[in-house]
Amino acid sequence: MTRIATHDATGSPLTLLFPPGGYGDGAVEGVPAFAADLNLDQAAADMAKGQEDDLVGSLFYRQLRDPAAIAFRQQVFLDLERGSLFQEVSAFVEQLRRVRAHLVALQKMPDRHHRNGWHLDAVALYCDAVRALAGHLRAAPLESGALQAFRAHLEGYLASAAYSEMEAETRSQKSALAAVRYCVRIHGTRVEVSRYEGEADFSAEVLDTFERFKQGAAKDYRVAYRGWPGMYHVSEQILGLVARLFPEEFGSLDDYCARHQDFYDPSIREFEREVQFYLAYLEYVHPIRAAGLPLCYPEVGERAGVFALATFDLALARKLVKEGKPVVTNDLRLDGAERVIVVTGPNQGGKTTFARTFGQLHHLASIGCPVPGTAAHLARFDRLFTHFGREEDLGTMTGKLEEDLLAVRDILLHATPDSIVVMNEAFSSTALHDAAFLGARALEKMVRLDLLAVYVTFVDELASFGPSIVSMVSTVVPDDPAQRTFKVVRAPADGLAYAMAIAEKHGVTYGRLRERVGP
Amino acid sequence: MKAHLLFETRDHAFDAPLPPNHDDLVSDLELTTLLGAMAQGDRYLYAVAQSVLLAGVDDLEVIGYRQAVLTDCLAHPDVVRDLYEVAVRALEDKRGIWGFSSRSPSSILSGAVSQLDASVVRLRDLRRLADQHAGTFASVGLRTLLHSLQRDLDDDYLATVDRNLEQLRFRSGEVISMELGPDNSGINYVLRTSADQRSWRDRLRIGPRRSYSFTVPPRDEAGANTLSDMLSRGVNLVANAAAQSVDHLASYFRMLRAELGFYLACVNLHEQLVARGHPVCMPDPAPWEDRAFTCTDLRDVSLALRSDRPVVGNDVRADGQTLVIVTGANSGGKSTFLRSMGTAQLMMQCGMFVAATSLRASVAAATFTHFIREEDDTMTSGRLDEELRRMSTIADQIRPHSMVLFNESFAATNEREGSEIGRQVVRALLEADVRICFVTHQFDLANGFRLSAASSTLFLRAVREDDGRRTFRLRVADPLPTSFGEDLYRRMGGWLDEEQPERALPAEPAGAVLHGPSA
Repeated sequence: MTRIATHDATGSPLTLLFPPGGYGDGAVEGVPAFAADLNLDQAAADMAKGQEDDLVGSLFYRQLRDPAAIAFRQQVFLDLERGSLFQEVSAFVEQLRRVRAHLVALQKMPDRHHRNGWHLDAVALYCDAVRALAGHLRAAPLESGALQAFRAHLEGYLASAAYSEMEAETRSQKSALAAVRYCVRIHGTRVEVSRYEGEADFSAEVLDTFERFKQGAAKDYRVAYRGWPGMYHVSEQILGLVARLFPEEFGSLDDYCARHQDFYDPSIREFEREVQFYLAYLEYVHPIRAAGLPLCYPEVGERAGVFALATFDLALARKLVKEGKPVVTNDLRLDGAERVIVVTGPNQGGKTTFARTFGQLHHLASIGCPVPGTAAHLARFDRLFTHFGREEDLGTMTGKLEEDLLAVRDILLHATPDSIVVMNEAFSSTALHDAAFLGARALEKMVRLDLLAVYVTFVDELASFGPSIVSMVSTVVPDDPAQRTFKVVRAPADGLAYAMAIAEKHGVTYGRLRERVGP
Repeated sequence: MKAHLLFETRDHAFDAPLPPNHDDLVSDLELTTLLGAMAQGDRYLYAVAQSVLLAGVDDLEVIGYRQAVLTDCLAHPDVVRDLYEVAVRALEDKRGIWGFSSRSPSSILSGAVSQLDASVVRLRDLRRLADQHAGTFASVGLRTLLHSLQRDLDDDYLATVDRNLEQLRFRSGEVISMELGPDNSGINYVLRTSADQRSWRDRLRIGPRRSYSFTVPPRDEAGANTLSDMLSRGVNLVANAAAQSVDHLASYFRMLRAELGFYLACVNLHEQLVARGHPVCMPDPAPWEDRAFTCTDLRDVSLALRSDRPVVGNDVRADGQTLVIVTGANSGGKSTFLRSMGTAQLMMQCGMFVAATSLRASVAAATFTHFIREEDDTMTSGRLDEELRRMSTIADQIRPHSMVLFNESFAATNEREGSEIGRQVVRALLEADVRICFVTHQFDLANGFRLSAASSTLFLRAVREDDGRRTFRLRVADPLPTSFGEDLYRRMGGWLDEEQPERALPAEPAGAVLHGPSA
């Protein structure tokens, strides 16, 4: 298991991931069964992309049962989302990644002057990153206990004598070296190194002559040269001569490097690692939000009164947004004693997506993340069960039905009133009569348990099975069943005239056009 | 240096994307015929003509500026062709000599120098033409262009260019200034003019050590490679400067060719229209507020270019009318009139002449077409859906003071629904200060506006003679409750192709002036 907590200078735990004293309900081994059904495995893989260690992987499926632990993370998220803190912390993480890359690279450099330059640069990047982060945190109206504690810790670190001396010295070393300018004269095999003394720039002269014909930005014809990967002896020889031309600058650099070998504070490293859980999620949802889709912080509590407005399938939205396609949002609501949503209606109308959304919402809320929608109340739950019949499995009909039955039985044996069940076309491989019969039995059981469930079926009569069941239907344009709306609504489709319905869809009715076209 | 033949103070953005509705404009107004006549088989001229035609301007001064330049060009087509030729030749030179992409800086440099040599010849050609025709033109645009050629390519300047090229050709030994990079390697290589050789010798002899030198041993291949690598890096910037200079010159010639190309294309079209005996005039653009549209003998250019029969023009007075509704017989010239109106609007707004004996029209912010489409190539949605999607696309782009031409729009459903949609669309657009010409056979739609907006609406009708023949000429007349499709079928044996009047019957000479209700 990943080590989550660390300790600050005073010995008290300092972590962004769990409230003081709480460490969640144990790690989850591997990827749970519902992940693939809900397409959460795709989301988790996307989020983990580009992460150095698999922190996302170890936290993403670890559902928090304690609302206080959920609230703890929501507050960190909220702080990061306020103002530009998210971008600022991302930049911080990115810069520290460069620092570590520097430290790896300099191990391989044979020449002392090269190595020293690289080391100095790493410290400078580190100081810039830490200093900038402290400034951003200072300016941010933090409300989460976790970030407030880290801010206090960071202030202490910056105020320490060791740090401030290191930072000041780094700056003066940098500016001394930046001022070094020299000329190399190459004639045949003879090389001469001297201080630069104002010789004129020849390329500027040429450009100046032909500048008058310029119509726009010019292409760059410079041949791209990488640094000095091999560090050949000639360049080392030249650098050695430069060091002799500028003995003060290079001597003082030697001394500096000897004194600042261990500059990277472990507490900084730990913060950087943990905060990436939050950054990865926010990064993942960023394009979705940029496309105008809402996310919100759900209230997580009782299973009565679950609702989510303008919600959607997060993984699907990410894919559609990337392809530039629109994303349809849906409202879901369970009032009073309502517990089970039975979704029926035409195929390709968004039924499966709707079911996935319900499962995703609850899972994402349980790990403290913001969820799709403008507002939501979601239930605490003990376990999340999913069963998704796959249409492509239809070939093995009998085997499939048996498999379905075993899976459904397994779920209903383990489910408690606090569980959530999402079943999608559970008995689609069988005849209508069987599906109705088996579906009714499964629904009866779920109603008896009084658990929260979404049940997607092609059997219409299951939708009117009892008072705790809510019927929702996927909709299509009335006269054009090929048209997908992906809207799933509580009532059957209304009888809007086809033409005006399409006009409305395209936003070309009188009212919509007046809004769209000024003045 | 600029051509500024399309705008007095700026370039036309030839590489800007065509307006989003360009596909519709080109196909609905059959502009490929018009553009083909302008291009005369030259694909480059086609693109130039299309770019300018579709990016019309609504600034009366700009239109006047172009009309003056075009008038000069029509009077002296040979001079325009000569100037155009120089630009074409210069760009052909480039194709011949300039072939490198990512080779070494020194080969980039030598390629660039021979290219610069070739370009200088073309510059001298331009200068000669400018000297010869300094007094030929009356328009501000062309006078300014020739004057700037004489001034910017004067003898002093051409001598400076020669000197620069000389220096680029002969070099031996290099002085490169450098600074320290993050790992203390040399960066920011700048080639310095090595005119100060003597001071180098001084440095070696006098005062404290300010330079050190060494020689790479003869058999040290790695060392020699490093040196030549450094030299390449040093020459990099100068090669870049020379190559960018080549590009600057090319961009200048490209711009010159494009701007002259547009006028040359206009000359081409003019020659063909005149040869076919069509009337041609410079239109009189009016401000939007005038809601002007009055024409005599206005012809559809594309039909005029294609047809071997005489083509009928229309006389229309729609000053002050924001809505023109055209009804009447099939194959009666309704669509032809609509196209002539749209084409003339585009031609006027890019500074061209029009095919009419006179035209005074208000400039529009943009022109849109919404024509019925014979086939639905999307296959995924019905025709009405496709029509309304296109309407929605227009709504996305349109702004007040635009013009929309509708041709049998919203007819893909029954008349009651189609009329209702049409009414809502037209009403919304009129209220948004958009001008509309609507060809429709839907009596319900046309008549609705006769009852509700008679004073600001002009009703035209395709005329049918008493003997049943069509004149292809429109007359001011209220819509009739029936269309004339039936007898067309009868007379043509079911051959219904609305846009080939020349096949149906020979045209009659132009008839009476039509007056709108308020004229």
